[in-house]
Amino acid sequence: MELTGAEIVVKCLQAEGVEYVFGYPGGAVLFIYDELFKQDKVKHILVRHEQGATHAADGYSRSSDKVGVALVTSGPGVTNAVTGIATAYMDSIPMVIITGQVPTHAIGLDAFQECDTVGITRPCVKHNFLVKDVKDLALTIKKAFYLAKSGRPGPVLVDIPKDVTSAKCPFQYPETVTMRSYNPVVKGHPGQIKKAVQLLAEANRPIVYAGGGVVLSGAAKQLTTLVRMLGFPCTNTLMGLGGYPATDPLFLGMLGMHGTYEANMAMQNCDVLLAVGARFDDRVIGNPAHFGQVQRKIIHIDIDPSSISKRVKVDVPIVGNVSDVLEELSRQLEAAGYKPNQKALSAWWSQIGLWKSKDCLKYDKKSKIIKPQFVLERLYEITKGDAFVTSDVGQHQMWAAQFYKFDKPRRWINSGGLGTMGFGLPAAMGVQFANPGATVACVTGEASIQMCIQELSTCKQYRLPIKIVNLNNKYMGMVRQWQQFFHGNRYSESYMDALPDFVKLAESYGHVGIKVEEPGDVEAALKDAFKRKNDLVFLDFVTDQTENVYPMVQGGKGLTEMILAEEL
Amino acid sequence: MRHIISIMLENEPGALSRVAGLFSARGYNIETLTVAPTEDESLSRMTIVTTGSDDVVEQITKQLNKLVEVVKVVDLSEAAHIERELMLIKVRAMGKEREEMKRMSDIFRGRIIDVTESTYTIELTGTGAKLDAFIQALEHSAILETVRTGASGIGRGERVLKV
Repeated sequence: MELTGAEIVVKCLQAEGVEYVFGYPGGAVLFIYDELFKQDKVKHILVRHEQGATHAADGYSRSSDKVGVALVTSGPGVTNAVTGIATAYMDSIPMVIITGQVPTHAIGLDAFQECDTVGITRPCVKHNFLVKDVKDLALTIKKAFYLAKSGRPGPVLVDIPKDVTSAKCPFQYPETVTMRSYNPVVKGHPGQIKKAVQLLAEANRPIVYAGGGVVLSGAAKQLTTLVRMLGFPCTNTLMGLGGYPATDPLFLGMLGMHGTYEANMAMQNCDVLLAVGARFDDRVIGNPAHFGQVQRKIIHIDIDPSSISKRVKVDVPIVGNVSDVLEELSRQLEAAGYKPNQKALSAWWSQIGLWKSKDCLKYDKKSKIIKPQFVLERLYEITKGDAFVTSDVGQHQMWAAQFYKFDKPRRWINSGGLGTMGFGLPAAMGVQFANPGATVACVTGEASIQMCIQELSTCKQYRLPIKIVNLNNKYMGMVRQWQQFFHGNRYSESYMDALPDFVKLAESYGHVGIKVEEPGDVEAALKDAFKRKNDLVFLDFVTDQTENVYPMVQGGKGLTEMILAEEL
Repeated sequence: MRHIISIMLENEPGALSRVAGLFSARGYNIETLTVAPTEDESLSRMTIVTTGSDDVVEQITKQLNKLVEVVKVVDLSEAAHIERELMLIKVRAMGKEREEMKRMSDIFRGRIIDVTESTYTIELTGTGAKLDAFIQALEHSAILETVRTGASGIGRGERVLKV
């Protein structure tokens, strides 16, 4: 039997077990929407802006290990989606984006709502396709899902001209797909793993530095097993939080630009560094020349060879899937009868203890104005550390990362690589769809939340009981902080006047709004909000306008050249 | 350091722009780039001449390998290889210059492939350095037009780049 391209698209999504498609209709995708209408296996979630569709698909994927799917129309539908696609690309999130295109005969003629989708998105996708013949459609969609989730994951885009969605051909969904040009490595090289085992066994001042690759490859358990067996300190990147339990005594907190003093000091002063699914980026190790001043041996596990020796030369590269390699490492250590070098390790731990005693995350707990850190500490307690927390980008993101102790992977959902303001709310929608019944909090600021505020309408339509924790200091806080530190207190365009009344705004969308102005009211407001299981609650916390995120490593400086709170 | 990188890639629309886009996005140099289908028409063979430190060239080959349509990447300059480039050069050839130009072309084993009363068009193949040397050897004002293909390369001996 012959099917139309549109029918094929929907059949393929069904065959992939897709539960939700986040999208927005338009001329070029009308045939696909018509087919979605005729079935109920794949549910379509109507967002209010295509950026929201991609972030929602992204949040869905990050919180579930499934491929997120977005569907948008040609031209502006695509350009609006680009921010969300680039966000997913930078954080290696598996997504499939289906985009409508003008009919094949109109391509290149500046048709209405035409844009060069494949060209525009090329630098921010793992791969993309333009399907010019309906006969190629099913195989292309199969390839898209395969590419998105295998190897180093990432977004894959399939651009489908309108006439291809109405053309017919016989349909069979391929069971498997092989591509001669694409063969990601899974198992690590045994010789390299052996070398790693030896280095780990001889380490005196070791540290394990684990990033988003641990979360993506589902290796939290393997990492925890290995670290506990080794008895080594462990730190997570912003993307890796939850990859190792934050309440574990071996955990040093997040490292990097706003990492803890102890994590950054240990990272710099270690003699053996085990890097797992992390990429030594500029926000993590600061200036690579400064980082390289100290002699240390580096073992680097990553599925992407191009992540290895990109910014920092490593001694033992291991290309492979993080979970497989970690398991093999543990197995070989056990087989070799590994026993921790107690003497060296206890000296190292007492040094770390000294660094820890700086108490680098301290803040004024007696403040008469609400401190943002205080709100996040209470949020952590009231949700018993078990919420899914999404964030936008800026100070609130860093405080959430510092003060919410994630014990499980896929609970902390933020835009780490691209740093996309506006990510938090639509991502929270995706999280809530992937985890119905779970507690979902969106930590945001008054600047970020306004970038995708329209999605409050989507939340109402689908009754998503997200709790928005808005840390409202009337400033683009991180911009203001940099201007204070590095631009002579000239707060150029970082103050936001004429803010809306967020309570009334939430109410106008049919949600609950609560404004909190006193530290004494913080806890009660949070409790009240999280008790409302069926409501979206917009908590507008009026916070200290001058609070800064500490510690801080200035861009371009060395990792240990931290600005601490007490120094100012 | 100058490197000559050979790439086998799927002969699909857009594959060239993925490679070119990678170089511009990551700030790598392209000195020359040539591409054409092979005896297997599903595959294209591309040769890129680039310059960069060892670290940069390592990244270039890794990033190229990451492109989904790239089947194989080899840095030919890591071992013995042959490199050839074709140049078509139109030169002024009038009066006593004509004999001189013919002689120069012969010395470089060029072939005159088109003649007018006042010009010669010379075809010359060789390494990029040889073509450079020919241009250097001519009087600058005698050169009317040059077209170069960029280098193509292949490994010496029995070394074969095949899928």
